[in-house]
Amino acid sequence: MVLLEAIILAVLAASTPLLIAATGELVTERAGVLNLGVEGMMIVGAACGFGGAWLSGSIIVGAVCGIIAGTAMSLIFAAMTLGLAVNQVATGLALTILGIGLSGLIGSRFVGEKITPAPHLNIPGLTDIPFAGRILFGQNGFVYLSLALVVGVWWFLYKTRAGLILRAVGDNHVSAHALGYPVLKIRMLAVMFGGACAGLAGAYLPLAYTPFFIPGMTAGRGWIALALVVFSSWLPGRLVIGAYLFGAVTILQLHAQGAGFGIPSQFMSAMPYLATVIVLVLISRARTGGSTAPAALGTVFVPDR
Amino acid sequence: MQLVLEKRAERSNTIALVSPLIAIGLTIVTMSILFVILGKNPISALGVYFIDPLTDSYSLQEIAVKATPLVMIAIGLSLCYLANAWNIGAEGQFLIGAVAGSWLAVKTQGTDAGYWVMPAMLLLGAIGGALYALIPAICKVKFGASEILTSLMLVYVADLFLDYLVRGPWRDPAGFNFPTTAEFDPVATVPVLIEGGRLHLGAIITLAVVAAGAVLLGRTIKGFEIRVVGAAPRAARFGGFNSNQLILLTFAISGALAGLAGIVEVAGPVGHLQPGISPGYGFTAIIVAFLGRLNPVGILIAGLFLALTFIGGEQAQIAMKIPLDVTKVFQGILLFYVLACDSLILYRFRLISSSPKVSRGAA
Repeated sequence: MVLLEAIILAVLAASTPLLIAATGELVTERAGVLNLGVEGMMIVGAACGFGGAWLSGSIIVGAVCGIIAGTAMSLIFAAMTLGLAVNQVATGLALTILGIGLSGLIGSRFVGEKITPAPHLNIPGLTDIPFAGRILFGQNGFVYLSLALVVGVWWFLYKTRAGLILRAVGDNHVSAHALGYPVLKIRMLAVMFGGACAGLAGAYLPLAYTPFFIPGMTAGRGWIALALVVFSSWLPGRLVIGAYLFGAVTILQLHAQGAGFGIPSQFMSAMPYLATVIVLVLISRARTGGSTAPAALGTVFVPDR
Repeated sequence: MQLVLEKRAERSNTIALVSPLIAIGLTIVTMSILFVILGKNPISALGVYFIDPLTDSYSLQEIAVKATPLVMIAIGLSLCYLANAWNIGAEGQFLIGAVAGSWLAVKTQGTDAGYWVMPAMLLLGAIGGALYALIPAICKVKFGASEILTSLMLVYVADLFLDYLVRGPWRDPAGFNFPTTAEFDPVATVPVLIEGGRLHLGAIITLAVVAAGAVLLGRTIKGFEIRVVGAAPRAARFGGFNSNQLILLTFAISGALAGLAGIVEVAGPVGHLQPGISPGYGFTAIIVAFLGRLNPVGILIAGLFLALTFIGGEQAQIAMKIPLDVTKVFQGILLFYVLACDSLILYRFRLISSSPKVSRGAA
């Protein structure tokens, strides 16, 4: 029981950044924009988030710094793909390359520093309930925030008029434009939301997961978040399942390494990446009847005047 | 008044020619600002980056050595990108090529194997890289899985696999527990061109690859098919071109070239297999491919230019204590400007009045 509780707690902790980043990217892609720069926005969010928290001594300031940094990165992407109609795949790659360099530059002065990680919720009585108490009532704020974010995005996409318009823009930008909706403006807001989430997800890593910054600490999580959006078939609910499944794979391989089944640790470490490939293949294969992706995903739109 | 983007009636050849130069110019301006922010004198920093490496023969050779893998990989990537197949896992194919070729070097270590070893290693490296690149390509054409994500995930897998080999079965028993294989035998190394120099046979191979790429794209039906499939997929379908087959082909070629670059690097300048054999060649090659306009000769020039930034970055770190990450920032910014300037080949900006009633000027 104690081991199971520890595993569930660890899975929640490992899944949260994936969930936050993937939720943001889901909104971006639902508006028809494929931003492959999630990894780059996350790693800059991590460096700025840690910097903000270390200089101010406040986790919240750190998280806000991460969000601002991610949003700023996404604005570069928006200017390129929406303003200049540049290929989204190439721009996303450029954003990742730039982000890795920038985070190294910004984060170099913080390497070796430590902060007090984000506090965990503690409600006397509730948190002390055996097993369920710490899982339900003993998480840090990011975990609750990530779940609220998914619910909020689901509500926005399916229960509001603005969400309907956003989905329309992602499915057919020509029709949406003909109806008078400002396609590029809506897409820019969606890209910024994706950037803010990626920045927050990146900031989570040094603020709550490990209380220090190391260059390259996102370790491909941004790319896994992108794969999760495909896995979820662009539905927020399935994103939660996907994120926790991937968190579970990450944690189980760590436990398996600890138990030492005689399998080299590198093979275990490769598991989350291999799992991503296998899941992508299975999901794409199951979907041969027709794609569930937003119809205009990744296509350039230059309004006719 | 409002600034809007509009499609040109036809592509601008003038901008196509000067756009890489504008991009480099804008990058240098941006970098100068960054140097000022870092508290360095921008003039002397730019001098260390772009001029100093060109002034001594050691650095010149080193630029060619660094450009070798960049150009080789980028030629392959350009074929993929022209065909609209997004292989971004060249880094992984580079590592697997290095591993596949090193297998023979490790197995023949200390035996009296003859001069066939090195060519056989290069062949194995190319095959290893091609097979590894075919995994995402097959996942794409058989199951429709995004080749972008799968090829990238396999980079991490390749990295861990190489790490396992040099810490486990292939570790040099006399290597003081360092994660590396033993130095390769002389018959298992790529020879240098000038005695005592650093320039090796790989440079010649790269030039041959550039020539082959130019012939393939400019003079063969396959090259024509690759370009049509990417530029006009509908027309390609009407023409009966098999785009799935071209995805497999371009991935296989680019994987083979990345793998070849990997084994040439290991059997050449490095001399043994160890982690960290690539400072991100597979990713920088993406920039090289775009800066070179997906054109073989352009890629050769772009590869030399990016190699210059690697060498300049190292010298700037030593001479001016400028962090190495500045080089990566530089490369990222450069790619942004290249893509942005390329957009102006097809589009142009126009200032329009916000009021629709005002008559438009002649287009």
